Formats: sequence, structure tokens, C-alpha cells
Amino acid sequence: MAPLVHNLGHSSHTDAFLAFLIGIGFGFFLEQGGFGNAVKLAKTFYFKDMTVLKVMFTAIIVAMTGLIFMDQFHMIDLSLIWINPTYLWPGIVGGLIMGVGFIVGGYCPGTGIVGLVTLKVDALFNILGALVGMAITAEIIPFIYEWWTGSLIGKRITIPEYFDISPGIVGFLIILIALGLFVFSEVMEKRSGHKE
Amino acid sequence: MKLFTKSNYMNPYIAGVGLGLVLLAAFYVSGNGLGASGAMMRTVVIVEKVISQAHVDSNIYLSKYGGGDKNPWDAWLVFQVIGVLVGGIISGIFGGRMKVEINHGPKITKKRRLVFAFLGGGLFGAGARIARGCTSGIVLSGGATLALGSWVTMVCLFIPAFGLAYFFRKNWI
Repeated sequence: MAPLVHNLGHSSHTDAFLAFLIGIGFGFFLEQGGFGNAVKLAKTFYFKDMTVLKVMFTAIIVAMTGLIFMDQFHMIDLSLIWINPTYLWPGIVGGLIMGVGFIVGGYCPGTGIVGLVTLKVDALFNILGALVGMAITAEIIPFIYEWWTGSLIGKRITIPEYFDISPGIVGFLIILIALGLFVFSEVMEKRSGHKE
Repeated sequence: MKLFTKSNYMNPYIAGVGLGLVLLAAFYVSGNGLGASGAMMRTVVIVEKVISQAHVDSNIYLSKYGGGDKNPWDAWLVFQVIGVLVGGIISGIFGGRMKVEINHGPKITKKRRLVFAFLGGGLFGAGARIARGCTSGIVLSGGATLALGSWVTMVCLFIPAFGLAYFFRKNWI
């Protein structure tokens, strides 16, 4: 049963190589989606080119549906899968700061990397900025450590667990929301005269 | 539905399916989702270790990555990000987008774009450390596992991005 790393017993070298291969796929589809171009990314926030929302929500519902079905068919042990911890306030504040960074700089770290390797100079500046921002934040975190590790709702808490609804129903609702966003995106692009 | 758009990008829904399958493969093979900013943080710690190991050891946050003999680059995520570099190049060659350029809105100078790129990157980096991940690790990976906190952060990320867009419109459109 997956995740494979827990029962194949392969070496850390094999694991690193698989990470490398998966990364190639990640970088390829990010760049193919147009995420190497900051202007294309930012146009999402003006409802002129909704590529970001379309690619992101398609990816989320594909992977989510895959995990839900694999769990149902006992093909994967979800207790061995990484689930992001829920620290409420750091999650809210960090998210808000990232959102400001997104509209100011145009890239996020992953998209900045594909921008950099396709030779976008603005992506280089964005990544340098991110490294400096992280270095500064690492000096601040010890001073706000109690706040940063407080408001823990759960180390592995999910929406289905928190609201006590089955994952299938939550997944179905998220697919409906995604489809609604896709329709909205197509309408907005048509209105703004975006042609692809 | 055409596989490629007129401007030679992949159809966004098809690229999304590809990305989703890569993410699913990551969970299936390793139990990890995808990430990006964590590898950048580890690179910061590598540099700080060269400058002052004592400083890394004395900082509760930095020491988790590089305290003592720990090699910050010895992590699944770092190898995955090396793959992202290669995958981005393959796609860029394939799409004819390997070009030295500065992308910016028509109303601003290149210099202004670079200043804002740096500042925006700084904010994004800071936010990613506070939230414990970025768009890849939280929005994509946490989105797919239905992690409660990831969805909270996702909503919080999009509020200022859309809400402040008006004030930064000169930069982009």
C-alpha cells in the first residue's frame, strides 16, 4: 500500500531520485501553464487572464479526488501522508502577507523558480527578495515563538474531521466550487476580451 | 478542447490535470506533497551556516534546519526543487520561452518592476515562513489533502491579492 516509501524499503538515494523526477513534472506543468510570466500571473487579479485559478483548482480537485478514491479502495494509507498542521493565527497572518507579496511582486516561490530558469530577470529579483525576507523572518520568529506555536487547532486536522462531514461530501462541494470558479473565469475573460 | 493555446501555452485545464497527477504521484510515492519555499529557507540556512554556525545554533527556528552537523539541503523537498529547475527549463525550451526579459505592465519602467519584484518577494518569503509554507506546500498540497489550516491560509492569501489589485494596477495592466 502507498505511500510506497514506507514499504519498499528503498534507499534514501532512490527516494531523492524520485523526488527529483516528481519535481521535473511539477516544474514542467507550472511553466506550461504560463506561471513563468509574472504579468500573466498577475492578470488573474484583474480578471483578465484567469490561468492561475484554472490551473490551481484543476490540480487541487484532481489530486483531492485521487486521494479520496485511493483511500476508499485501500490503495493508500492516509495516516502516513503529510497533512499541514493548523496553527490558526500564523496561518491567517502569513496568508495575508503572502497575498500582498503576490500582487506587489507577481510571483510566488514555485512560480518564481520557473521564471528564473526561463531567464526572467524579474523572477531573479523576486527570489532574492524572498531569500532576504525569509532570513529576516527567521530572526523575528524566536521573539514571537509563543504566538507562532500557539492557536494550534490540530497537527493533522482536516476539513472533514473538523466539521464531521464525510470527505466525499466535502470533496463534492469543493468540485462544485471549482466548477463555479471555472465558469466565472470564462465569463470574465470573455468580457475583458482575453483571447487564447 | 485544444491542447495548446495560440500563445503556445498548454490549455490551463490540461496543465491543471497534469499538475494534479504530479501532486498525486508525490503523495503516492513519498507521502509528501509538493513544495518550493522550504527549499529556499534551507538555502538561506546553508549561507548562514557558512557565516556563523553559532548563530544558527542559537536561533530556535534556524537550528531546526541546520543546528550542529545537520545539512539543511539533505531533504526530500530540496531534490524535488532541483527537479523543478530542470522541468521548468524543459518546458521553457519546448514553448520557446527561454528569453532574457523583464515582464512588466506597459506603464512602468523596468527598474520599477525590479524594485517591486524584490519587495513582493520579500513579503511573500516572510509570509511563507510565518504560515509554514507557500502556494505549493499550502494551497496546492494542503488544498488536496483538505487540511483545515491550508484552506484558511488559501482564502487569506487571495483576499489581499484581489483586494489590493486596484492600487497596484499600474504595475501590471
